[in-house]
Amino acid sequence: MEWLNAVVQGIMLGGLFALFATGLSIAFGVMRFVNLAHGDLAILGAFVAVSVTSGLSLNPFVSLVVVVPIMLAAGYAMQLGVFNFTISADPLPSILVTFGLGVVIQNALLETYSADSRGLDVGSIEVESITLTDAIAIGWIPLITLAAAVAVLLGLQAMLSRTSLGRAFRAVSDDPATARLMGINDRNLYAVAMGIAFATVAIAGVFLGIRQSFGPTDGPAQLLYAFEAVVIGGLGSVWGTLVGGLLLGIAHGLGGQFEVSFGYGSGPLLGHLVFLAVLATKPTGLLGRRDA
Amino acid sequence: MTLLEVRGLDAGYGDFQALFAIDVDVAEGETLAVIGANGAGKTTFLRALAGQVPIRAGSVVFDGTDIGAVKAHRRVGLGIALVPEGRMLFGSLSVRENLIIGAHAGREGRWNLDTVLDVFPLIRPLLNRPSHVLSGGEQQAVAIGRALMSNPRLILLDEVSLGLAPVVVKSLYEALPALSEGGATVLLVEQDIGQALAVASRVVCLLEGRVSLEGRPTELARSDITAAYFGMPAGTGSEAAG
Repeated sequence: MEWLNAVVQGIMLGGLFALFATGLSIAFGVMRFVNLAHGDLAILGAFVAVSVTSGLSLNPFVSLVVVVPIMLAAGYAMQLGVFNFTISADPLPSILVTFGLGVVIQNALLETYSADSRGLDVGSIEVESITLTDAIAIGWIPLITLAAAVAVLLGLQAMLSRTSLGRAFRAVSDDPATARLMGINDRNLYAVAMGIAFATVAIAGVFLGIRQSFGPTDGPAQLLYAFEAVVIGGLGSVWGTLVGGLLLGIAHGLGGQFEVSFGYGSGPLLGHLVFLAVLATKPTGLLGRRDA
Repeated sequence: MTLLEVRGLDAGYGDFQALFAIDVDVAEGETLAVIGANGAGKTTFLRALAGQVPIRAGSVVFDGTDIGAVKAHRRVGLGIALVPEGRMLFGSLSVRENLIIGAHAGREGRWNLDTVLDVFPLIRPLLNRPSHVLSGGEQQAVAIGRALMSNPRLILLDEVSLGLAPVVVKSLYEALPALSEGGATVLLVEQDIGQALAVASRVVCLLEGRVSLEGRPTELARSDITAAYFGMPAGTGSEAAG
């Protein structure tokens, strides 16, 4: 039963990983763009939520109504103003620029909010849970996080498969030069995609801040988990992102069972091992596209 | 009326210049064939008109407006549609989606999904298939249909016959009059001279990036065309082509 509980808690944690991974997956899927500042952007989103919740006296969940549009606009502007100039056949400029952006975000957060750890307080729901059996209880916050991840990915999948915007995203992902012949402004579309990526990672950041305390330099660790989830599931695949997040979460949960003998890092360690195993045996990810 | 007026056009890729001082006029409603050997600059010419290759000198005037600096994604809205060499369908889109996306930024007009399918009935049963499973001829029909969906005033067809069986090429060429009747001026690039001469009202021959011959198919001697095509002195072409 202890092991089953570890799997259940792992699935819940996987929801958060999937939320983190979504934006990375969008940016890579649409424009083959690797954003090394992704984790820092999540932390930035959490800090924006800190300001919004204290400034407007809002519940952190409600603050999403303000935080998500702010980050969406920031992503759109960042792509148009900076990232678009780094997109070429050579991936190095975008990697260097986003690495630099991550450093800038960390230092700006340190200057603005100091190095103190923060948390987003949603009240008593933080400690409430649903008891399934004597040994298994599901916390409301992890459950809401998982539900949010599934909702975001379902919405994304519906947008990609059913709307003209989604059609344009897929066309640009296939072949930007021919997409331009259809009258699609690929650079503007990239900005929309980055806006969506920023919006989703802001949601992830807010849920992270509700779940645990966070500081200005916590971004890179989140980036690592997001990368692992995306690679396990498959780059550029919506359902792959969910599967990757959940598998990584389960690995963390099961690995946590070895904490007594291997110490606190045993959960992340098993996650890293699963990531390496997938990378070694199926580098395109479990649900990845062949061309990705 | 002159729909397209190209003057002194230079274009190329990197250090390589593919086109030198091209002068071409296209009248509204005509079907102009650009012929020439491999590497003569035909595809570059079409890509420069569609905005995929930047022009280095000269002017491209479309319906009275210089479009030399207009970005590729804005040209389809003006009424210029390119059917690119190699079809270039979107592999992750269905056939239906490939057609619909052609109308993404296009103009109003007579072409829509139904009228396009009337011209290419062979793709009607394939609408829900992924485009990459289609045969070459089916893909080419979808590529032309996709361009028609934007209701172009000028449709640029690049090597429609490339890699296709003669019977398929014939059926595709049989659809060309419908394009003209639908109000589109047709500019086609073709290596298959016979096919081009059969449908074109006027022919331009390119040789190593320069215009080597221009005229109406009925007024051009076969030997002149062959000479212009292969770059031999006039009069020697017929023997060489024989």
